[in-house]
Amino acid sequence: MLEFLRRPRTRAQARAAIILLAVLLAVLPFLVEAGLSRSWVRVLDFALLYVILALGLNIVVGYAGLLDLGFVAFYALGAYLYAWLASPHFGLHLPFWAILPLGATLAGVFGVLLGAPTLRLRGDYLAIVTLGFGEIIRIFMNNLNAPVNITNGPQGINLIDPVTIAGISFGKTQQLFGITFSSAHFYYYLFLAFTLVTVFIAYRLQDSRIGRAWAAIREDEVAAAAMGINTRNIKLLAFAMGAVFGGVAGGLFAAFQGFISPESFTLWESILILCMIVLGGMGHIPGVILGAVLLTVLPEALRYLGDWQRAAVGEVVVDPGDLRMLLFGVALVLMMIYRPEGLIPSRQRKREFHAEDGVAAQEQASLYDSRA
Amino acid sequence: MEIFVQQLINGLVLGSIYALVALGYTMVYGILELINFAHGEVTMMGAMVALTVIGLLLGLNPELPGLLVVLAGVLIAVPACMLLAFAIEKVAYRPLRRAPRLAPLITAIGVSIVLQNAAMLIWGRQYISFPQILPQMSFTVLGAHVTSLQIFIVLLCMTMMAGLWWLVQKTRLGRAMRATAQSKEVAMLMGVDIDRVISATFVIGAALAAIAGVLVSAYYGLAHYYMGFMLGLKAFSAAVLGGIGNIAGAMLGGLLLGIIEALGAGYIGDFTGGFLGSHYQDVFAFFVLILVLVFRPSGLLGERVASRA
Repeated sequence: MLEFLRRPRTRAQARAAIILLAVLLAVLPFLVEAGLSRSWVRVLDFALLYVILALGLNIVVGYAGLLDLGFVAFYALGAYLYAWLASPHFGLHLPFWAILPLGATLAGVFGVLLGAPTLRLRGDYLAIVTLGFGEIIRIFMNNLNAPVNITNGPQGINLIDPVTIAGISFGKTQQLFGITFSSAHFYYYLFLAFTLVTVFIAYRLQDSRIGRAWAAIREDEVAAAAMGINTRNIKLLAFAMGAVFGGVAGGLFAAFQGFISPESFTLWESILILCMIVLGGMGHIPGVILGAVLLTVLPEALRYLGDWQRAAVGEVVVDPGDLRMLLFGVALVLMMIYRPEGLIPSRQRKREFHAEDGVAAQEQASLYDSRA
Repeated sequence: MEIFVQQLINGLVLGSIYALVALGYTMVYGILELINFAHGEVTMMGAMVALTVIGLLLGLNPELPGLLVVLAGVLIAVPACMLLAFAIEKVAYRPLRRAPRLAPLITAIGVSIVLQNAAMLIWGRQYISFPQILPQMSFTVLGAHVTSLQIFIVLLCMTMMAGLWWLVQKTRLGRAMRATAQSKEVAMLMGVDIDRVISATFVIGAALAAIAGVLVSAYYGLAHYYMGFMLGLKAFSAAVLGGIGNIAGAMLGGLLLGIIEALGAGYIGDFTGGFLGSHYQDVFAFFVLILVLVFRPSGLLGERVASRA
């Protein structure tokens, strides 16, 4: 029935699909709040945040093929910069729109700083260096509270200003046009706007000259260089672009959460974002979006394990908090074994994963040709 | 001077444990080109199983000699971890042997999460302390303190590494492993049973990891469901530092990383005029790692890899 949404035949159908999607996205937080609870609107916000992060990392890993395990460092930089410039910690309260470009720039600069020394490294060596970089940033955030208190150490920074746009503070529940918007609702629309911009940029990048250069480097760096691509600059650009998205998402996170600490920026976070990409379908934007949404929602949904246990056995046998990560790990393993190309892979990757069938078919075809 | 010798000794002890764990990473990587993220968790499982056995035995009879009790713990933990690694390889990695690189990496991460949380469910979130049953003697060397446990750890690690070296260089299995690492296809044509060799690699690595786990928990007097994570990360860094896939490299990298870390922690305060303290120990390890890789992109003893990602 909804087939026309996935593969619109005519222009009218395409337009109808877009309008339907827009309406759905616009009312989604209210549907979720009515159907589940307000805390699920927050989950929705996080899902959007992770979509931005995953699309950012996808530029580095999916487009350019550089395995980055320290992506969370840029997220942390963006978040800390926002916290420094808009909280009582240093007594600064700059507006949201002023900090965001600064955060993006800072993250981008660090992206180049990280990228520059690692240009010669390949594959897993690159992975471990980026991982080390992420850990270094986190350890500094954790310890830079003495002798000069910069990051407030493991306690983190508190009371970060919420976003204020057109005089409306996103931090508290308000009535607008007769509708009650909670903080989570406001941030939903803000994050949605940023997500849409990110998706747009990701699509434009993919098909641009730069995007094709990234793909060329990913497939064969030597051949790409021989084709006249400046591999050094193009790789640095991938790091920087990815980092910019990370930095912006970090700023959004700090404003949304109102509190940040190094605990939010562990290696696991980097790994989680990488899992989103691979699970959804690396390098393919709809796949990455799906992966990010699924991996945000799934652990939350597993919180209901306690209720299910009570319904089944009459009591909570195993703490759902302990069990849900276990099941998450099992899901990752099963997913990779049964669908290693991801949920929605790009057409090209799907072909690569089923290369044997493809080669066989081709050989078959050429056999027929020669006989004819 | 005393600080220097003391930190050198501490680093040597820590480094030999890193080296033992790093060997497991590097052997698997050499053959499968897979970062076996779950290896750190196997180490943790080794410590946990051994501690459980030790606790049970002491519960039965607290008069048992300490050395014997720990030995019993190790003798159960080692086969348990070997079995675990065998199962992990069979269930999680073997189906993905022909898949692109990232798929098994994600699986490894998944296995790591599963093991960590399974350990948390079984043993709880609290720290488990290693009972004080080992005979403790301490000596003074050049003004530095050395305990019998430290000496024992270093000696045991060296022996295990020598044993592994012999196994890889001199035995039939070792030859098969080296052949498989060079080229699976050609090894197969020469009559090597690839699946068995790969299983054996995982199992041997797990045995080393289990012993390393027991040693680490005995050294710090603690075990915890999360202990495998940082240990695994450090050991993997050590393997990369030495040149991943290279067995001698893993040993060298482990020892170097341990010593650098200990010296770094001991001197960083003086270097920075008290601005940075010893809790920057981990930064030091990663910083040196990055620095080495910038100048030698394939590690200290690694061969230049062909240009494929």
